[in-house]
Amino acid sequence: MLEIKGLKVDLEEEEKSILKGVDLTVGAGEVHAIMGPNGSGKSTLSYVLSGKDGYEVTAGSATLDGADLLDMEPEERAAAGLFLAFQYPVEIPGVGNMTFLRTAVNAQRKARGQDELSAGDFLKEVRARAKDLKIDAEMLKRPVNVGFSGGEKKRNEILQMAMLEPKMCILDETDSGLDVDAMKLVSEGVNALRSEGRSFLVITHYQRLLDHIKPDVVHIMSNGRIIKTGGPDLALEVENNGYADLLAEAE
Amino acid sequence: MTALDQVEVKEGVDQETVDAVAQLSGAYKYGWNDDDIEMDYAPKGVNPDIVSLISSKNEEPQWMLDWRQAAFTRWEGMSVPNWAMLKVADIDFQDLYYYARPKSMEVKPKSLDEVDPKLLETYKKLGIPLKEQAILAGVEGAENDLPERKVAVDAVFDSVSVGTTFQAELKKAGVIFCSISEAIREHPELVKKYLGTVVPPSDNFYATLNSAVFSDGSFVYVPPGVRCPMELSTYFRINAENTGQFERTLIIADKGSYVSYLEGCTAPKRDVAQLHAAVVEIIIEEDAEVKYSTVQNWYPGDEEGKGGIYNFVTKRADCRGARSKVMWTQVETGSAVTWKYPSCILRGDDSQGEFYSIAIANNYQQADTGTKMVHLGKRTKSRIVSKGISAGRAQNTYRGLVSMHPKAKESRNYTQCDSLLIGSQCGAHTVPYIEVKNNSSRVEHEATTSKVDDDQLFYCRSRGMDEEEAVALVVNGFCKEVLQALPMEFAMEAQALVAISLEGSVG
Ligand SMILES: Nc1ncnc2c1ncn2[C@@H]1O[C@H](COP(=O)(O)OP(=O)(O)OP(=O)(O)O)[C@@H](O)[C@H]1O
Ligand SMILES: [Mg+2]
Repeated sequence: MLEIKGLKVDLEEEEKSILKGVDLTVGAGEVHAIMGPNGSGKSTLSYVLSGKDGYEVTAGSATLDGADLLDMEPEERAAAGLFLAFQYPVEIPGVGNMTFLRTAVNAQRKARGQDELSAGDFLKEVRARAKDLKIDAEMLKRPVNVGFSGGEKKRNEILQMAMLEPKMCILDETDSGLDVDAMKLVSEGVNALRSEGRSFLVITHYQRLLDHIKPDVVHIMSNGRIIKTGGPDLALEVENNGYADLLAEAE
Repeated sequence: MTALDQVEVKEGVDQETVDAVAQLSGAYKYGWNDDDIEMDYAPKGVNPDIVSLISSKNEEPQWMLDWRQAAFTRWEGMSVPNWAMLKVADIDFQDLYYYARPKSMEVKPKSLDEVDPKLLETYKKLGIPLKEQAILAGVEGAENDLPERKVAVDAVFDSVSVGTTFQAELKKAGVIFCSISEAIREHPELVKKYLGTVVPPSDNFYATLNSAVFSDGSFVYVPPGVRCPMELSTYFRINAENTGQFERTLIIADKGSYVSYLEGCTAPKRDVAQLHAAVVEIIIEEDAEVKYSTVQNWYPGDEEGKGGIYNFVTKRADCRGARSKVMWTQVETGSAVTWKYPSCILRGDDSQGEFYSIAIANNYQQADTGTKMVHLGKRTKSRIVSKGISAGRAQNTYRGLVSMHPKAKESRNYTQCDSLLIGSQCGAHTVPYIEVKNNSSRVEHEATTSKVDDDQLFYCRSRGMDEEEAVALVVNGFCKEVLQALPMEFAMEAQALVAISLEGSVG
C-alpha cells in the first residue's frame, strides 16, 4: 500500500534536515504505529506525505499503490486515497462544517470521475457517521473547528475520515487531548473502518490508544529515522521504560 | 431590526454555491457584446441640446426638462472629485455617447415575433427566463402564463428601460414598479414630490451630471401599509460602445410598507473604459422598511488593467419617518474602478440603517467604497459590516463616515471592517471618519486585516479540493455575514461570483 524508501527531507526556508532517510512499508489492511520522542520528525513525515509546502525532499521516494505521491498536488494525493488526521486541525471561520465535508467529498468524487453525492444521500450519511462519533447536529453546522474543544477537533477529523473513506489513513496524535470516553469512540470509529483494503499509520505517544487499536507493527522514530521496528510488544516496552534504552541501542 | 440580532447560519446557501461554482468556468461570463443589435445614438458629447434631446426622447413634461437643464448648468461649473484613493485616467466627458437605445424599441412590440431576436438572446445570456424575456420585450398577455416565480424584473439596456414584468399583479397590491421615464409621464405628482430630495442635483459631480442626462432607470412606490408581494429586481446592462450609462432609481416606501429590491449589473468586454454614473434615492417613511441588494458585476478590465467599467455611483436612503429601516447589501466584484458609498440618513427617531458589503478587487481593479451613516434622530442605530478582499495588484479601500449629530441622543453605531489579502502585491486600506456631537451616543469600530492562511488552504486541499476551490471556500467563509444578508437567489449568485472573480489569484 504505502512504500517509503530512503526519504530525506530538509526545511525549505533554512538549512535544516528533518528526515534523514526514512524507510517504511505498510501493507494493505495493516495497522502500523509510529512512536518516538518529541521533535523526532513524525508530523513532518505525515505532512510531507500529504504534500504540505515548506519542505524539500532531497532523496528517496514515497508511493501509494505504486503511484508516486511526491509528484502529486495535495488534492491529487487525497483523491488517490491518502488521508491525514491533523495533529492540530485548522479552523476555517464562516465555513460550515457540513459544507466543508460535502465540498471535500464531492471534490474527491469528481476527481475520480464519480457523480456527486445528492444532498439527501450526503445528509443521511453524515448524520449516521456523526452519531457514531457522538458529534451533534449543532457541531455540524458550526464553522469548521472554530471554537471546538481539543477533543471535538479530533473527533471531527475522524468524521472527515469516515466520510472520505480513504485507503491510507495517517492519524497524527489523534488520541492527544481525548478523554477516556472519547478515546473509546474514536478507536471504535477507526476499528469500524479497518478492512482488507484499508491501512493505517497511527502516530501516538501512548500505549493507551494501541490497547484499543491493535497495531500489527510498531516503529520507533528518532532524530529523523526509524530506529527500530517490532510487534505490539515494542509499544509496551516504550510505555514501561521510555526511549533511553532504545536510543542507546540504536547508537 | 431582525437582521441586527440574526446570526443563524444558512447551511444550504453556501453548499448550493459551491455546487454552482463548480459548474461555472471561464473568467468574465457576461462579457459578450451584441454589436449587431442596431442602436440609435444621440451625437457624442453633452450640452443643453443633448439634455433636451434625452428629455424629448422620453416625452417628458417641461418641468422635468427645466430640472435637467438647471442641473446641467450647475455641472458645467463643477470639477471632478479627486479625494478618493483611486488612480483614474482622465475621462473626456465630451467623447461619450449620452444616449443609446436599441432601434427595435422605438415602437413597443405587440408580440414576441416583433421583438428583435438579438435582444431576446441577450436576456437569455443574462439568465432571465424565457417567459420573462417575453414580458420584458413588452409582449402583451405574456404575463398570464407565467409559472410561479415571484421576482418582478425591470431591465435597462444602455439608456432605456426595455420593460417591466408583473406590472398587473403589482398594481393589484397598489405597488408601482416601472421605468422612471414612465413614472415621469404617468405619476408626475410622486416624481415631483420626491425626485432629488435625497440626492439633490447639486450633490456631487457625478450626481449632478446624472441629474442632467439620466436616460432611464427604475421607479418604485409602495403605498402605506403594503408589504410588496414579491422581490423587485432591475438588471442593468451597458452594451453600446463609448456609452455612459446614467440611470436614476427612485424608491419610495410609504408609511408601514416593506419592499426588497435587487439590482444586478453586467457589461460586455471592451478595451475602452466605459462610464457608469447612477443615482439611487430611497425615501422611507414612518415604520417602513426597505432592503436594497446589489450584485455588481460590471466588466472589470482585463488582467493588464485595460478596459472595464468606471463605476461612480451615488446611493442614499433617507429614513424620514420614525422607526423606519433601511438595509443596503452590496457585492462588488466588477468594474475597473468603483467609487460608491451607499448612505443612510437616519432622520426619524428610532430609525435604523445597516450596510453590508463585500468588495472584491483582483488584477488591476480599484475599489473605493464604504458608507455614510448620518444619525440625526434620537435613538437611531446603525451597523456596518464591510469585507474587503484584494488580490493581484488591486487596491481596496473602505471609506466610512459615522456622524452623530447633537440631537441624535442615545444613538449607536457598530462598525466591523475586515480586509483579506491574497498575495503580496495588493493593498487594503481602511479610512473611518467618526464624528460624535453628543455625549449619550456610542460608536464602536473594529477593523482587521489578514492574509489568506496557507494552513487553511492546505487543510482544504488535503481533503481533496483544488486550490481555487479552497480559496473560494475560505473567502466565502470570510464573507459569510454579508452573504447571509442577501436574499436567497442573490446569495447563490454572489457566492459563485466571489469564486469567479478570484480565479487566477493564487498559484
Ligand atoms: N517549519 C518548521 N520550521 C522550523 N522547524 C521545524 C519546522 N517543521 C518542523 N520543524 C522541526 O523539525 C523537527 C521535527 O518536528 P515534528 O513536528 O515532525 O516532530 P514530531 O515528531 O511530530 O514531534 P511531536 O511528538 O512533538 O509532535 C522539530 O525539531 C521541529 O522543530
Ligand atoms: Mg507531531
